[in-house]
Amino acid sequence: MVAESPIDQFVIKQVFDVGSLPVTNSAIFMIAILVVASFIMIFGTSSRALVPGRLQSLSELAYEFVASTVRGTAGQDGMRFFPMVFSLFIFVLLSNLIGIIPYTFTVTSHIIITFALAALVILTVILYGLYRHGTHFFHLFVPSGVPILLVPLIVMIEIISFISRPISLSVRLFANMLAGHITLKMFGGFVTMLLVSGSWAAYLAPIPFVFTIALTALELLVAFLQAYVFAILTSVYLNDAIHPGH
Amino acid sequence: MATTPEAAKTSFPPFDQSTFEPQLVWLAIVFGILYLLMSRVALPRIEAIFDARRVARQADISEAARLRSETESAIASFERALADAHARAEDISNKTRDRLNVEITKKRSVFDAELTANRDTEERTIAERKDKAMANVGEIASEVTLAIVRQLSGVTPVTSEAAAVVGRVLKN
Repeated sequence: MVAESPIDQFVIKQVFDVGSLPVTNSAIFMIAILVVASFIMIFGTSSRALVPGRLQSLSELAYEFVASTVRGTAGQDGMRFFPMVFSLFIFVLLSNLIGIIPYTFTVTSHIIITFALAALVILTVILYGLYRHGTHFFHLFVPSGVPILLVPLIVMIEIISFISRPISLSVRLFANMLAGHITLKMFGGFVTMLLVSGSWAAYLAPIPFVFTIALTALELLVAFLQAYVFAILTSVYLNDAIHPGH
Repeated sequence: MATTPEAAKTSFPPFDQSTFEPQLVWLAIVFGILYLLMSRVALPRIEAIFDARRVARQADISEAARLRSETESAIASFERALADAHARAEDISNKTRDRLNVEITKKRSVFDAELTANRDTEERTIAERKDKAMANVGEIASEVTLAIVRQLSGVTPVTSEAAAVVGRVLKN
């Protein structure tokens, strides 16, 4: 018995076509994210109750959580980017959470998705920074109070650090999701392999099973944490665009 | 795994560049719609809910403040009424006490006067009776003296003489 490869869960499968656009499992789960997000945030708030019900509490909680993150990191000025940060947070969070359900597909386990989201953030930072501050935006790379001799070195370091931001932002999320799901799949695979081994080893099967349960709990935490990290780093980078002068 | 092409199967799926384009297209569509729905519908609605809640709470707080000030003025007027009543009660009791004191004093003086008058009358009566009794004593003594003299000497003295002697003795 050969166990299914732990990376098969990341394969993009074409389900059907809409015109020339292929509808893949990834696309279906993205649409699922959109549906769930709309259900919670729009259907859940449709009664506009002064005393909220469960779904409305959930939406208000999400709003307050992201709003306080943005406000705390980028200040009141940063609130103009609140809808973007909120959309990113809810997209990443739902993608991560839906991905934990067995036999589903994790949209954010693909580097191209996380990189596209990170690129969106960095492009927003650059474009807004230039729009708001013009060339003053480049003061971001020249911290004040640095001895003139050190300036070229510091500027180089700052530029490298700026360029590495989209990379670290996207790779962090991608690698977390990928590694978590591979680990889950491997421990799950151990359970079946031990069970079908037909020897005394079958009695060891509960051990990886317990690990799988514990890892699922850990993955729930990671799913939330990575979405939060993505949102707060986005706020931090946006803060640079709003206040580049340090 | 017959659904995937051979090329994709050999490489690591997240690095399979043939899947990049459809993923990006779908991400753009889905994230675009998500952004529009959140920024145009969901988030303004939640803000409106928060605003409505704040307004309602403000109204509740000012209503509570109004009710409290009403309560306080009611308490103040009650206390004023209570103090008034206390003052009036004390006033009434003072007046009544004074009036009763005056009456008592008046009655007592009348009574005292009556008492004194009565006593004088009684004392006079007693003195009269005593005098009368004393007079009687003199009469009896002179009669006794007459009787004793008659018995001892056989002479019957004159009554006026005996009375004079007795009167002299009694005076001593």
